[in-house]
Formats: sequence, structure tokens, C-alpha cells
Amino acid sequence: MRGINMKNRRDFLKGAATGAVLLGSQSKLGLAAAVAGHADAVKSKVVVARDAALHNASGQLDDKRVIELLDRAIASYTGHNNPIESWKHLVPTDKVIGLKVNGLGGKGISTHLALVLAVCERLQQAGVKPGNIIVWDRNARDIEACGLTINTDSSKVRVFGSDVAGYEDQKETWGKASIKLSKILTQECAMVIGLPILKDHSMAGVTFAMKNMYGVVDKPQDLHGGNCNPGVADLNCIPAIREKVRFTIGDAMSSVYNGGPGFRPEFLWQPNALIVGEDRVAVDHTAWQILDKKRVEVGMPTFEGANRLPRYIATAADAAHGLGTDDPNRIHLMEV
Amino acid sequence: MICVSKKWNLTIAAVVLFAGVGVPGCKKKAVNPFPDSNAVSGWQKAGDTRIFAAKDLWQYIDGDAEQYISAGVLSTSTSDYKFQGQLEAVVDVYTMGDATGASKILTAGQTKEATTVQVGDAGISYAQSIVFRKGATLVRIVAYESTPGAPQALLALAHGVEAKL
Repeated sequence: MRGINMKNRRDFLKGAATGAVLLGSQSKLGLAAAVAGHADAVKSKVVVARDAALHNASGQLDDKRVIELLDRAIASYTGHNNPIESWKHLVPTDKVIGLKVNGLGGKGISTHLALVLAVCERLQQAGVKPGNIIVWDRNARDIEACGLTINTDSSKVRVFGSDVAGYEDQKETWGKASIKLSKILTQECAMVIGLPILKDHSMAGVTFAMKNMYGVVDKPQDLHGGNCNPGVADLNCIPAIREKVRFTIGDAMSSVYNGGPGFRPEFLWQPNALIVGEDRVAVDHTAWQILDKKRVEVGMPTFEGANRLPRYIATAADAAHGLGTDDPNRIHLMEV
Repeated sequence: MICVSKKWNLTIAAVVLFAGVGVPGCKKKAVNPFPDSNAVSGWQKAGDTRIFAAKDLWQYIDGDAEQYISAGVLSTSTSDYKFQGQLEAVVDVYTMGDATGASKILTAGQTKEATTVQVGDAGISYAQSIVFRKGATLVRIVAYESTPGAPQALLALAHGVEAKL
């Protein structure tokens, strides 16, 4: 099993500087393509930002610390200390930006409201109009599980599901994935930031950045065969997903390390972290290692030992899919 | 997925009838397992009941559906509750094809922290959840937060559900 590629502070600073050069040299909508295109020359950067005091004594998230953690993660990723400047380098501020949350697990284990609000605040401060931000998921129930309220008024941040927007009539096919995409992805958003929540998944092993895209299609149940392999990888190769979902701000503030993807409080755990990156494969590989480490700590078998290895991650990294890298030697992991 | 409020009996009967197609001799008594508000002290039923046939269970629990389908789930119903206006919980009722299927789910994923509770034919509890089976029905009650009074409140609600099965 591959381990996490730990970096010290010097490496972090060096990496941050490299990131700044990389980001600064690319157009805002060309970041993912740049990473994929120069995979041999450039490591995929993944930032894991932690704050041990993120939850207070009663287990509630401290909203102020969440936005500070987000700022630290994004600053580390971009190399810009000013959070507003950082965001200007990440997103096209004159376009519609989608935030794909994940509320499938219900109120107990869905993308945290504090993170969604923090991202919305920073996007607006960077110049994105409120109505050009769409927070979305499969349906109203999932959205409400994240603590959000449906809103289609374009004078404010819009919040609605694919149950409102509908799905395309035409199927998209890549490999074994043959699905209809949400019109929020195809018709509304120029760029999507994934805001998944880190969870164990009874079939896939791990659900995070790439698996979050199951919430973008009409019939995700058709993609669960073979422990979601190659379903997850094939789905992420659908052009609209590959090209528009450019960045992940993964919510690992709370997680379930077993019994997922639903809420199983006996396996609830608070990593108090955000996992950030453009390379969805590298992000998922990093998330997998974090979950595996926790499972070992509590005396559970790793996903491999539990016969639930998230094989879709390696599939996504293979030459046919080319979605990113799962090679620790090619992942620049920054723990901040 | 079907949402029901007052038309419970008709709807659950339809779902069970649908789920039972092709199962010779399958006769399921249509029951509403969800206690009304204040039927269990302090507990309010919050919102409608949602019912999922086996083929639609993925809509509710995504990939988790597979283990229930493998164990023979026929239908699933779920409803939210709130205790004393504060503690939120969800009650999931899985109607399985037989008691063996319900037992299989009950024991799957059980950890050493589980405590045996006297509810139904067999039951276990954790700090924030209770799972029990009664015949071919499996019930999972999960609170969204951990409070000192949660275990007792959940146990009371579990008994309330059990009484309606």
C-alpha cells in the first residue's frame, strides 16, 4: 500500500512558490488541463489543512475557524497570502461558478454549511456576483441536509438541485458510463468546485472528489457495479465533468471511517481538515490514505483488508483515463 | 420514492404489494411503524414519511442500498423526529423478506462498543443510535448529535416503534 508523501515546512514553502508560478502562468480555466498536460513535469499539488480546534468542546464547528482554515488551505495552494487574490487566481470571476456539495448522508454527514458559506463569501469578495454562484446537489433533500435553503432568486447566491433544473435529454457515454447530466452542470456553470465530504463507502471503499460526481447524473445506481470501478473513473471522463469540475475543496472536518456512505455515528470522527487540489485523483488518493490510517488506528482492517480497495482511483490514473495521478512520488502533498 | 402523511395505509400497502410480486405466499401486513407526535414522550414527528421500494433505495442511501438488497429488503420507510425540540433523529424501517435478512443487517458492522438492548427480538445501541429487529423488520434510529440524554430518549422511541410493528 502506498503511504502519504509527507512534506516539511521548507518543502511546503518551496511548493507554494512553485504553485504560484504554475497558477500564474495559466489561464483561469486551464488549470486542470495544465496539470494533466504536464503530468510528467509537474507534481500534482494537494493541500491538507488542519485545525485541531475546529470543533468546540460540545462538538460544534467554529465558523470563524472554518473560514480561517479555508484561507490557509487556499493560500498554501496558490502561494498568495491574500485570500481574495488567491481566489482571483482560481476562478473566472465573471462566470457562473457551481459548488457541488454532497448531502446524501443526511444531516449527520453532509458538506458542512460553514464551509459552503465561507467559499461563497470568498468568491463574492473576489468579484463573483452572488447570482453567479450556484450551490447544488441532486435534490432539495440533499441540499437541506447541508443546512441550506433552496433559492432561485438570482440577486442572491442560488441554491437548488437537479430535481429543479432537470437532466439533459441526450445521454453522454464514456466507457461503461452512459448517463444523462444535470443541466446545472451543462447549461449553468462555467466551472464547478467540488465540495465533497470524506466518507467510507460500502462499495467504492472511499467516497470523496470523484465519487461526488455520482450526484451529477440521473441514474447513479447504474455506475455501482464492480465496486464502482470503472464507474467512477469513466464518469469523470465525461467531457463536461472532466473539463468543468476543476477544483476540489474537500470537507474532511468530519468523516465516517466505516459504515458509509450513510451517517453511522459510531464511526464518526473529526479529522478537522480540508483537502484541496485540482488533481481529483491525487485528492482522492490522499483522502483514501487518511481514512486507511484512521481505520488502522482503531484496529480495523484497511480497505484492502476489508476487500473494499478503492480501485477506481488507480483506474482514473491509468493511461486510458488520464484524470490525474495516484503515484505518491508525483503528488506534492502539503500538510499545513 | 413516495412521500406520505395521512394516506399511509394505502401507500404502504401498494409498496409492499409491489415489492412482494413474484414471492409466492408473501403476505405482509401493512403497518405504520412511526409513532405520532407525543405518542412517545418528548418526541415529535418532523415531516412526512418517505417510502422507497427496493429498486429505488439507492435514491436514499446510495451504495449502501446494495447490502440491504442482498439481504432481501422489500421496502424502506423513513421519517425524521425531534426530541424536546432539540435533538434531531431519523428512524429508518427496513421491511426485509424474512427474519434472516434482518438479522444479517443487524450484525453487519457491529462493533465492540455495541450494547445489547431489550427491544424487539434483538437490538444493539451506541451513544447516538439504536438498531433492532422484530421478525423481518429492521429498525435503525440515529440521532444527529450526542447528548447526555440521547441514549434514553432513543430507547424510548425505539420501544414506541416496536409497539407499532
